[in-house]
Amino acid sequence: MANRGNDYTEVELMASIASRILEDGKSVFVGTGLPVVATVLAQRTHAPNILIMYEAGGIGPQCPVIPVSVGDSRTFYQGIAASSMHDVMSALQSGFVDYGFLGAAQIDMFGNINTTVIGDYERPKVRLPGSGGANDVGSLCYRNIIIMKQDENRFVNKLDFLTTPGYLTGPEAREKAGLPENTGPYRVITQLGVYGFDDETKRMILISMHPRVNLDDIKNNCGFQLIIPENVKTSEVPTEKELKILREIDPTGIVLGKS
Amino acid sequence: MDIIAEGQGKLVGYRDPDETRRWNLENKSRKLEDKRMSAREAVCQFVNSGDFIASGGFGHVRVSMAIVYELIRQQKQGLTMAGKTAVHDIDLLVASGCVDKVEAAYSFGHELRGLSSASRRAVQTGKCKVLSEISNAGYQWRFLAGMMGIPFIPSRILLGTDTFRKSSAKTVRCPFTKKTLTLIPSCNPDVGIIHVHRCDKYGNAQIDGALIEDFELSRASRRLLVTTEEIVPNSRIRREPWRTSIPFYYVDAVVEAPYGAHPCQMPLQYFFDEEHISEWLNLSKNDYGVKKYLDKYVYSVETLDQYLKLIGGQRKLKRLQRIEKAVGRNLVA
Repeated sequence: MANRGNDYTEVELMASIASRILEDGKSVFVGTGLPVVATVLAQRTHAPNILIMYEAGGIGPQCPVIPVSVGDSRTFYQGIAASSMHDVMSALQSGFVDYGFLGAAQIDMFGNINTTVIGDYERPKVRLPGSGGANDVGSLCYRNIIIMKQDENRFVNKLDFLTTPGYLTGPEAREKAGLPENTGPYRVITQLGVYGFDDETKRMILISMHPRVNLDDIKNNCGFQLIIPENVKTSEVPTEKELKILREIDPTGIVLGKS
Repeated sequence: MDIIAEGQGKLVGYRDPDETRRWNLENKSRKLEDKRMSAREAVCQFVNSGDFIASGGFGHVRVSMAIVYELIRQQKQGLTMAGKTAVHDIDLLVASGCVDKVEAAYSFGHELRGLSSASRRAVQTGKCKVLSEISNAGYQWRFLAGMMGIPFIPSRILLGTDTFRKSSAKTVRCPFTKKTLTLIPSCNPDVGIIHVHRCDKYGNAQIDGALIEDFELSRASRRLLVTTEEIVPNSRIRREPWRTSIPFYYVDAVVEAPYGAHPCQMPLQYFFDEEHISEWLNLSKNDYGVKKYLDKYVYSVETLDQYLKLIGGQRKLKRLQRIEKAVGRNLVA
């Protein structure tokens, strides 16, 4: 494979890994930030027929660059519909959305996420934006992908606020709460590795580590007990083609320029 | 239906559907009437301190900044705002002290541009209160129930989370499926504020591009202020009635406001003014900067021409139009 060794950033690595999880011919509900970049990259590489949905009503765009906002006119550029939030959220609730794609400030071992407050709710240390469409996606799409930065303040044993449901307290907790069946978090991608969820316990499990990352890095940047299987693969790095496309779809570096 | 659990968040913008019917009977005219007025008159006549307001569009997209600036200029106080992916509008309204209570789905952030320093600071110091939490679909469906004239809408969101715990929703056992269901309360804001591409003098409005949640918000609002890029003859509306997003009987004021969404994007017309948004984000890092920004762009501005000159005049506007229309090219703002 034509790799470029060190010549990629952490964010480019995360975007390319995330993009490869998406499947051609499936639908994806895309949140703001890195998810947009990874989705547009997937569309420009292995998934040209991926059905992209944005919450403000943009459906099926074929835009060569990323939208700046998930309500921006580029979310329906050369699209199949510019409809409404009610339309897209209803499609999500009635089971038309395969993948969800979100960012997060904190995550726990069951893939529950926080984007509301850091610290005490009444007097927060940091007030974050809140759910946005995250709770809707996390509740209703079949496979939710979360892309975020990892350290022990973000991979936490207890969230400061549970904004969006993962597997809640473990096996069958989602169904018990009333959430639709066969839904939940699927992958978590960070600057260190890729994680999934154990079928039996619904706890987070390490799937692959990025190049030059070792198990200590993974453990030291995680505040809960991860499941670590015997043989952990090394994540595949971005190809030259992916890197070239990444830089084309975010020409101003509004996402990729940040890390 | 037995209630299983109730969110502790404050129920805001809720009206008994019979009260809404009475309001609509007594206050919403079914006559074609010329509703044109200035932003100043519209805000003066229809917005009261303490009102619950909701602004259309999404984030930095198709927001009626013309009305937002006017609310600040008239120093409306004690407003509660729907934080339904409210970004630049709510940031300015909180920073200026007009809004001090929010129901938050997405607020205090600027999407990719980062967090809103000014409104975040206001929440962290207790100057602005978050009354309740909800999600985007939840807010959208509050307006849907509001426009339908029903007290709530059932859904499958918020379940099992703190977002529910801090919301004004309730869960019940569904009488049909026997599963747990979330009831999202309806919302009828005192004032809705929506910016559109074109509108006739009666209030028949067309929106190009995604409607976002403005179909529902426009119909759920007790008072609706529409600002428009241009006022068109009624014959233009009648030529393509299928393009009417908001019919006149929902509308209380029609305000002609070209570039009325600046610095936000007007889909298919002009792009985000990133330079201006950055200026705000930089200045709003402290209270002195907030004051400086508001003095320069809001309090000391009396006419639209004055504002447009301040933000860079025709040259800037042409550039924003060019970028918006050049999707697919190299889109450096």
